[in-house]
Amino acid sequence: MAVRRLEAAALDALFGALRRRGYTLVGPTLHDGAIVYDELTGTAELPIGWTEVQDAGHYRLARRDDDARFGYTVGPYAWKRHLHPPALRLWRAERDAEGGFELLDEPHDPPKVAFIGVRPCDVAAIAIQDRVFTGGAHVDPDYQARRERAFIVAVNCTEPGGTCFCASMGTGPEARDGYDLALTEIIAPARNGQRAEPSYLLEVGSERGEQLLAELGGRPARGDEVADGERRLAEAAGRMGRALDTRGLADALRRSLDNSRWDEPAARCLACGNCTLACPTCFCNTVEDTTDLTGAFAERTRRWDSCFTQDLSYIHGGPVRVSLKSRYRQWATHKLGTWQEQFGTSGCVGCGRCITWCPAAIDLTEEVAAIAASAQARASRRQARVAPSPERGTEAGDAAATR
Amino acid sequence: MLQPPADGRFAPPPAVAAPDLDPMRTVPFRVAGLHVDNEDTFTLELTPPHGYQFAPFKPGQFNMLYVFGVGEVPISISGDPDRPGVLVHTTREVGAVTRAMRGLRIGDAIGVRGPFGSSWPVEAAEGRDVVLIAGGIGLPPLRPALYHVLARRERYGRVMLLYGARTPEDMMFPDELAKWRAMFDLEVHVTVDRATGNWRGNVGVVTPIVKRAPIDPRRTVAMICGPEIMIRFACQELARRGVSPQDTYVSLERNMKCAVGLCGHCQVGGHLVCRDGPVLSYDQVERLLDVGEV
Ligand SMILES: Cc1cc2nc3c(=O)[nH]c(=O)nc-3n(C[C@H](O)[C@H](O)[C@H](O)COP(=O)(O)OP(=O)(O)OC[C@H]3O[C@@H](n4cnc5c(N)ncnc54)[C@H](O)[C@@H]3O)c2cc1C
Ligand code: SF4
Ligand code: SF4
Ligand code: FES
Repeated sequence: MAVRRLEAAALDALFGALRRRGYTLVGPTLHDGAIVYDELTGTAELPIGWTEVQDAGHYRLARRDDDARFGYTVGPYAWKRHLHPPALRLWRAERDAEGGFELLDEPHDPPKVAFIGVRPCDVAAIAIQDRVFTGGAHVDPDYQARRERAFIVAVNCTEPGGTCFCASMGTGPEARDGYDLALTEIIAPARNGQRAEPSYLLEVGSERGEQLLAELGGRPARGDEVADGERRLAEAAGRMGRALDTRGLADALRRSLDNSRWDEPAARCLACGNCTLACPTCFCNTVEDTTDLTGAFAERTRRWDSCFTQDLSYIHGGPVRVSLKSRYRQWATHKLGTWQEQFGTSGCVGCGRCITWCPAAIDLTEEVAAIAASAQARASRRQARVAPSPERGTEAGDAAATR
Repeated sequence: MLQPPADGRFAPPPAVAAPDLDPMRTVPFRVAGLHVDNEDTFTLELTPPHGYQFAPFKPGQFNMLYVFGVGEVPISISGDPDRPGVLVHTTREVGAVTRAMRGLRIGDAIGVRGPFGSSWPVEAAEGRDVVLIAGGIGLPPLRPALYHVLARRERYGRVMLLYGARTPEDMMFPDELAKWRAMFDLEVHVTVDRATGNWRGNVGVVTPIVKRAPIDPRRTVAMICGPEIMIRFACQELARRGVSPQDTYVSLERNMKCAVGLCGHCQVGGHLVCRDGPVLSYDQVERLLDVGEV
């Protein structure tokens, strides 16, 4: 499908076209000092002319000197709350006269929602949650229904944030698949003190997306315009705030469960679970079974959970993961290692949310790089030991050497 | 599609079965039989609602049992897989849900989802010696495997049950144990941690029994269920005797909220115990259990 070029006003047309098709629009908007995803009634509610400054444990809104509609990356919310809600009643049951009970119907009939401004990392995160919730033998019907009714308008990133590393994870800064429509925002420099309106390059990723084209206006993009967009995205890939070398990483983590280097993040971690809540792929959930006061009705509610709680691994006699070290290790090794075995993909997309929103400013990329380096050092020392060498390493020595 | 990270092999996604209606919806069964095994353990026989076809189960599989308004817990099936019409579950009372379950009476309803998980390798073990090792409440989850093997006795070599309990009173299924001990083609070795009453048998943990048992390491397939610490000692002892960790199977216990791979609670490294387990070969988990807190 050929790339099209749209004017800024086409966003209004897009909102209208989606609304006419019965979609509720959800997208980025300013709220409480951050850019969050919320219901939008018009394009004026987008954070026009805003950006954010992000670093480990740091997030601050800032003014831009242009009118970019999408001049920021990702905030504290992930799209998962619209596909896998933080709390959801799974079913209700009623006692019958004969001491039995009956499950009442709980229709999975979620609204049609158009996700506006889904970043490439988040498009990839949705594909990962698709695998978790609908890729196995048992499918989560609520997720499936919400997913089928979601329309995804992706926005590529020409300005990565301070904690972004999607280029390392192979998920951005350009979305390759998994969207209905994808936009690249092109911001022209101001002329004679006049701010230029942004324009957009549009790519179509689905039939549903294509059906909207006639209502959006615009024209086929010229070759130089397409090349300009590509250049901006290529430059963005080189300007990531963070980087992570993923070669051999899953293996290194697998071999490093007993590495004493885990003590360092564990000593700083508050077990608040912010990282798992902000993470766009974390899916852990728990269920609560309750009854009403009469005892005639019961219901089951599903809620988000986190591996930073001890309850997640509780079995009779006590939790399996008691120490904070084991819980931090679970998070890091799951994201970047064991997810692969469980679902055939990495569990990390490089969005950087866990780094930005960690109150202790723990940086996942830094921690796992240190673990991997120490695993590497261990392995080469072991090799040196196999070859005749006067030096004798010990495991304790290994551990000390990683500090 | 996602671009794999530099070292990312995109394994094929797990096989897609026909999506069931909703894997979290429970089915109200009825308590048809109730048996108190000992002080804190009881066995329930459950029958499905009229016209409901419960899928046949394999030895080692489990169900999620739901007590109205109280909660839902994973409990292994302890009955005979050749008689799938009635579900038999043997449970130890340890907390809120199992306590409420114990309060059920004949005719009461109990929610069932299942059967879930992997099973004891009873078919792969044909032609070989079978060594079942159970600790305490670990015997009920192994009983279906024993039923299966005894019903096809001629297909196996030596069959052995090594069982340890805390005290003689804690011993599960004493009547059946007596019957099994009387069988000439089944070797049963029993021990208790602490002798009480007129116990005249072995005293001590199950590991020394594993050490002494007449095991031919090359012919043996071992299946182990019990507390994790006992599993690890028994596995180490079997390994010392030359039984390969690939021929040693264990059933793991982890917190489970969904039993269908959707909640994340049951992870042990790269395994989802509800989906890839609960029965796993020891070589798959040895390192993880040794490291601990995984
Ligand atoms: C695959 C599998 C098979 C099992 N088979 C049996 C069996 O045949 N007989 C039997 O007596 N027990 C069995 N268990 C253990 C049984 O599930 C727990 O004893 C039970 O969950 C305790 O729940 P509770 O509410 O009574 O206890 P509480 O201590 O009040 O538990 C609170 C919650 O913690 C979790 N939990 C507590 N202990 C365990 C545990 N040991 N394993 C997993 N989750 C736990 C449950 O989610 C429970 O709802 C099995 C566990 C698993 C994973
Ligand atoms: S185990 Fe932890 S890191 Fe993994 S999905 Fe669950 S909350 Fe996220
Ligand atoms: S790593 Fe940071 S965000 Fe995650 S639980 Fe620990 S303190 Fe909270
Ligand atoms: S019990 Fe939910 S994933 Fe295994």
